[in-house]
Amino acid sequence: MPKPNDKQLQMILEDMVVARTQAGRLWNLQRQGQVGTIAPIDGHEGAVVGAVHALETESDWVLPQYREPLGLRKYGPEVLDTFMLYNLGHPAGGHIPDPIKVTPSQISLGASIPHAVGLAWGMRLKDEDGVVLVFFGDGASSEGDFYEAGNLAGVLKVPVIFLCINNQWAISTPTHMQTAADSFASKAEAFGIPGITVDGNDPSSVYEAVSDARIRATSGKGPTLIEATVYRLGAHTTADDPTRYVPSDDLSAAQKNDPVHTLTKEMKDRGLWSDSKQEEVETVALERIDDAFEKAKNTPLSVNSLMDHCFTSDTSRQSRQRSFLTNSAGELNE
Amino acid sequence: MSNKESELSMLEAINETLHSEMERDQRIVLLGEDVGRNGGVFRATEGLIEKFGENRVVDTPISEAAIAGSAVGLAMAGLVPIAEIQFLGFSYQAMHQIAGQIARLRYRTQSRFEPQITIRAPFGGGVRTPELHSDSLEAQFANIPGLKIVLPATASDAKGLLTSAIRDPDPVLFLEPLRGYRGIRGLVPDEEHIVPIGQANLVKKGNDVVIISWSYQVELSRRVAESLEEEGISAAVLDLRSIVPLDVEALTQIVTHCGRAVVVQEAPETGGFASEIIATINDECFWSLEAPVARVSGFDVPYPVGMLENLYVPDEVRIRSAVLKTMEIN
Repeated sequence: MPKPNDKQLQMILEDMVVARTQAGRLWNLQRQGQVGTIAPIDGHEGAVVGAVHALETESDWVLPQYREPLGLRKYGPEVLDTFMLYNLGHPAGGHIPDPIKVTPSQISLGASIPHAVGLAWGMRLKDEDGVVLVFFGDGASSEGDFYEAGNLAGVLKVPVIFLCINNQWAISTPTHMQTAADSFASKAEAFGIPGITVDGNDPSSVYEAVSDARIRATSGKGPTLIEATVYRLGAHTTADDPTRYVPSDDLSAAQKNDPVHTLTKEMKDRGLWSDSKQEEVETVALERIDDAFEKAKNTPLSVNSLMDHCFTSDTSRQSRQRSFLTNSAGELNE
Repeated sequence: MSNKESELSMLEAINETLHSEMERDQRIVLLGEDVGRNGGVFRATEGLIEKFGENRVVDTPISEAAIAGSAVGLAMAGLVPIAEIQFLGFSYQAMHQIAGQIARLRYRTQSRFEPQITIRAPFGGGVRTPELHSDSLEAQFANIPGLKIVLPATASDAKGLLTSAIRDPDPVLFLEPLRGYRGIRGLVPDEEHIVPIGQANLVKKGNDVVIISWSYQVELSRRVAESLEEEGISAAVLDLRSIVPLDVEALTQIVTHCGRAVVVQEAPETGGFASEIIATINDECFWSLEAPVARVSGFDVPYPVGMLENLYVPDEVRIRSAVLKTMEIN
């Protein structure tokens, strides 16, 4: 089982701290009315960052749902830049530039799971190296897309990794009301593929599981379903009030296993992390998100953006609508 | 290039086009239920797996959402998927992928990903296939921006439009009339044949009234129009060929010329595409009308079982009656 070495663990912790720090800033920006609805990553950092660090950014695709983008720093600064455009509601927020192998957030739960299967299938048909990792949650695993895609992937033996982050809550619905199965990983049995459960609060465990799944996938043995168990430490989104349904005792218990705090302590104890390092990482993380936010705000937007990119070229009716729009609406930013 | 033509059924024309396009473009992958060894339940994909192998012609599990959804991923990988939904009525089980994902992939990723995807599906009634097998859902899809909807009415157009659909960088829903698979035959060019998407076809010229339709109803409309000649009524027939994009210019031109129009659709009346045609006529050429535009359609009930089918599906008698009524109005 490939484990992350100390250097990798330092990079993992750094990305986790960055994600946590930037999530805080993003929450505040939303509360100030500066960005749209946000789904905080809090509690998911270990699972997301641990998984991504087991991938090769040159060859492996990541299909996030919507809680993951701040944890995808390994794939390059463009992911955050694009994510900030997305949070502002700018159409360019859907276009993560080539050659970065990350897709934009997926709003329709479970819908990107068959995309991952098709993409992995296509990569194999084209003899390309690499795997596809798709993130989804315990709630999304109840969608038909999960079962159809998992079944198809098992039949085709494509190089895909299904990473189900079980954070115990689908907005307000707890896992025992989501499934009667022993675990989400156990659903792999019906697909004829391996399913394993790992502690998602421990990025090393997630890293190991994804590394193993990656070796399996790239050696032609097909997909793996990994369930990473965590606890959602924040709200579902900025529009949610979890005090209505999350028992406070459960939350307090979960906070004791906070993945960022746990790894920080462990690394400090081993002399691989320090308060000054922490401070430095946090400062840079805030500068970075503020910079991305400024850049996003200053990205031009024209009324034509409403009509662009539906088809390769406008239909005659769209041309008429575009003329109406440009003649009557003026510049949006004025 | 020879200018030879052969007489083919619509089904043969479709099969031949799939063969020639898969030969031309190595990126094409065909996927669907029973499309391989069985050659499709109607034999539209016959001979393809033998010629192009199991990597390019793939029998999938019974999973419409995974067929449509994995087509998105295949397109993201740079391949050109042609997905078959065995009957259009089964597309309800893939609606979230077709409407929610395929149709908006280009828009939501600002063209990072190109959905060069063709979804083929037989549809329509008249052949005693029960319930959902016969549904005409084209208007439901027309309300989904980002999807082209192509409905050939002749064997030649089936080849020419399918060729265009497969090569189109935008997603195309290619709807094949069940009744026309073997029932419609005609001369089809042997060589490459391209009919651009978005150009209606004036099947028959006329001066008094125009019958506007698409898919199999064009065949019925043409028969009615020809029979009306004997009674001194000069009826034109316009085959829309695609409802998205809609050839507004051709529609406006012929309605303006005739002053009277009847729209024929097989789908239920309420919310059908005929309503959209009539609204377009209202926008573009209302003042040239000499009578209100009539429509002939199915009824506002679910598609019925076999013994009621002939009552439901518009036939020549109903089309003829609507045209005559329209002609009576002064």
